[in-house]
Amino acid sequence: MALDLETRNQLLDTIRRFVRERLVPLEGQVAEDDEVPAEIVQEMRELGLFGLSIDPEHGGLGLNMEEECLVALELGWTSPAFRSVFGTNVGIGSQGLIMDGREDQKAHWLPLLATGEKIASFALTEPEAGSDAGSVRTSAIRDGDHYIMNGTKRFITNADKASVFTVMARTNPDVKGAGGISAFFVPRETPGVSVGLPEKKMGQHGAHVCDVIFDDAKVPAECLIGDHEGVGFKTAMKVLDRGRLHISAVCTGVAERLIDEMTRYAAERKQFGQAIGDFQLIQAMLADSKMEAYAARCMILDAAKKRDAGENVSVEGSCCKLFASEMVGRVADRAVQVFGGAGYIADFGIERFYRDVRLFRIYEGTSQVQQTIIGKAMLRAVRD
Amino acid sequence: MKVLVPVKRVVDYNVKIRVKSDKTGVDLANVKMSMNPFDEISVEEAVRLKEAGVATEVIAVSVGPQQAQETIRTALAMGADRGILVKTDAEVEPLGVAKILKELVGAESPDLVIAGKQAIDDDSNQTGQMLAALLGWSQATFASELEIADGKAKVTREIDGGLQTIEVSMPAVVTADLRLNEPRYASLPNIMKAKKKPIDEKTVEELGVDIAPRLTVLEVTEPAAREAGVKVETVAELVDKLKNEAGVIG
Ligand SMILES: Cc1cc2nc3c(=O)[nH]c(=O)nc-3n(C[C@H](O)[C@H](O)[C@H](O)COP(=O)(O)OP(=O)(O)OC[C@H]3O[C@@H](n4cnc5c(N)ncnc54)[C@H](O)[C@@H]3O)c2cc1C
Repeated sequence: MALDLETRNQLLDTIRRFVRERLVPLEGQVAEDDEVPAEIVQEMRELGLFGLSIDPEHGGLGLNMEEECLVALELGWTSPAFRSVFGTNVGIGSQGLIMDGREDQKAHWLPLLATGEKIASFALTEPEAGSDAGSVRTSAIRDGDHYIMNGTKRFITNADKASVFTVMARTNPDVKGAGGISAFFVPRETPGVSVGLPEKKMGQHGAHVCDVIFDDAKVPAECLIGDHEGVGFKTAMKVLDRGRLHISAVCTGVAERLIDEMTRYAAERKQFGQAIGDFQLIQAMLADSKMEAYAARCMILDAAKKRDAGENVSVEGSCCKLFASEMVGRVADRAVQVFGGAGYIADFGIERFYRDVRLFRIYEGTSQVQQTIIGKAMLRAVRD
Repeated sequence: MKVLVPVKRVVDYNVKIRVKSDKTGVDLANVKMSMNPFDEISVEEAVRLKEAGVATEVIAVSVGPQQAQETIRTALAMGADRGILVKTDAEVEPLGVAKILKELVGAESPDLVIAGKQAIDDDSNQTGQMLAALLGWSQATFASELEIADGKAKVTREIDGGLQTIEVSMPAVVTADLRLNEPRYASLPNIMKAKKKPIDEKTVEELGVDIAPRLTVLEVTEPAAREAGVKVETVAELVDKLKNEAGVIG
């Protein structure tokens, strides 16, 4: 159910204040320490951020897609690493269970995820299965009332903190494609499950990715998401489909922040006896950035509203992810340019955003994968 | 113990305000409004008293236009139990607000009123004191600590050059200074629940209070723009200027 305007504004206002008063001042520190301070995580819990998308019946806020995107736009105003703290509980980590889980699974897990007491990760990617997610090799072979799981998952966000993993594994080795894959909700303490050390990354320090290894892991049969094997790939694709709008909104929030930074800088910094913002070549960079960020915002809210109205927005979601992630890359590049040498120096924080936003074109489907999804759907439509 | 907390809707503290061109006041068109920051501190203090089991009910009161209801909602989201909006589109001076609050105190019989020490729009710093005088209650202004026990309030006050600790008998009016506490962010679930908490609406006429202004604003102007400073070459020059131009050292 949609919120009334007053409540929605109050919600967004509170998040805006929290982001600007509490998170923005810590951006440098978090990047330096590669860790979001524990007291900030606690404040995020108390604020209710872990439960944005989980329905009120299970202890969350139950925001609709438009509201969630508006929140994500606010969260984008600061380092993306902060959002990652609860991002997997709101999105990819929990959504498989929310969409296709059994009622008993939801009743047990969702309240724990909504409060942030437990962290959920999403484990699809493998060393040999990235964009070609349908080729996952991790196997889960039924053995009485258990599945025996073997394989390695790679680059799994929040794996070091997760208590539970949404895992896509092959339950039927005879079916090579997507149809042999099932989705599981696997507790970390399951015997045979282990997590690797966090990888060193280009940016988004403070958010961690690790391998998750299954070595004859004895996964209870009730951990299967839903009642049927062989639909796990569909579950994963639905989860990513939905997540694209949220990620697009985060991209756009970061772009808006960078536009604010570069505009202020352009108004202050003087060369040749005048503010650099008065040079039309600088104005062109500001204007192009503003135009693109505005276009992204409009696309995202349009797609989100359509999704809330029950439409299938798979293509629109990919359009948003493709445009917004590429757009924020261009905006970050211009921000470095407007700042000149200062843009390249760590103290100003612009180069940090430049590295942070590079990820958005890669995860939850690369730009090429988005293009493929859109293009294929277009051709399918004329051929049918 | 009931606690009454007046909350004022003011221009958000982040807004760069502009004086109207006719110099009659500050331009409020399309300006973001929020709860007066000192009132957030008083709401926080009242809610903490309730959480500690000292207070039983926290009532947030606002005097202002219909939109002041949003300010009350913020207080409800922070943990106040219910609200009262005294609706008026007129500008109400501190004495008017104090008189309105006196009527509400009469109707609600709280043991404690916690107000902000001042509102950041007009910086009057009068309402709490006037209310205490009208009620004949004890007052403890500029509080940086508050302890309630045995029908008394022990209050540490921020005064020039230090802290003063006083004990006042209840009922009392306390005004909150900046260091009394750090107000919480209302949690998102509580923001959603606040919608269901009751807000009573009253009018000034109903309360029978005369809020006619006693003061006339002659003119509102922007502060003079700061002039650029000068760079001095040597310490000797600096000392000379401080002595002979600024006159700050003898
Ligand atoms: C920081 C980070 C966090 C991540 N978090 C998670 C997570 O939580 N859970 C999870 O499961 N995964 C996660 N991933 C994995 C991420 O989703 C994959 O890295 C991504 O899907 C790309 O897969 P890949 O790295 O194997 O690249 P590849 O698939 O090998 O792609 C390499 C290049 O080839 C291109 N390419 C591939 N196929 C095609 C094609 N058909 N047509 C045209 N071009 C193509 C790609 O676009 C890319 O440019 C994360 C990755 C990173 C870096």
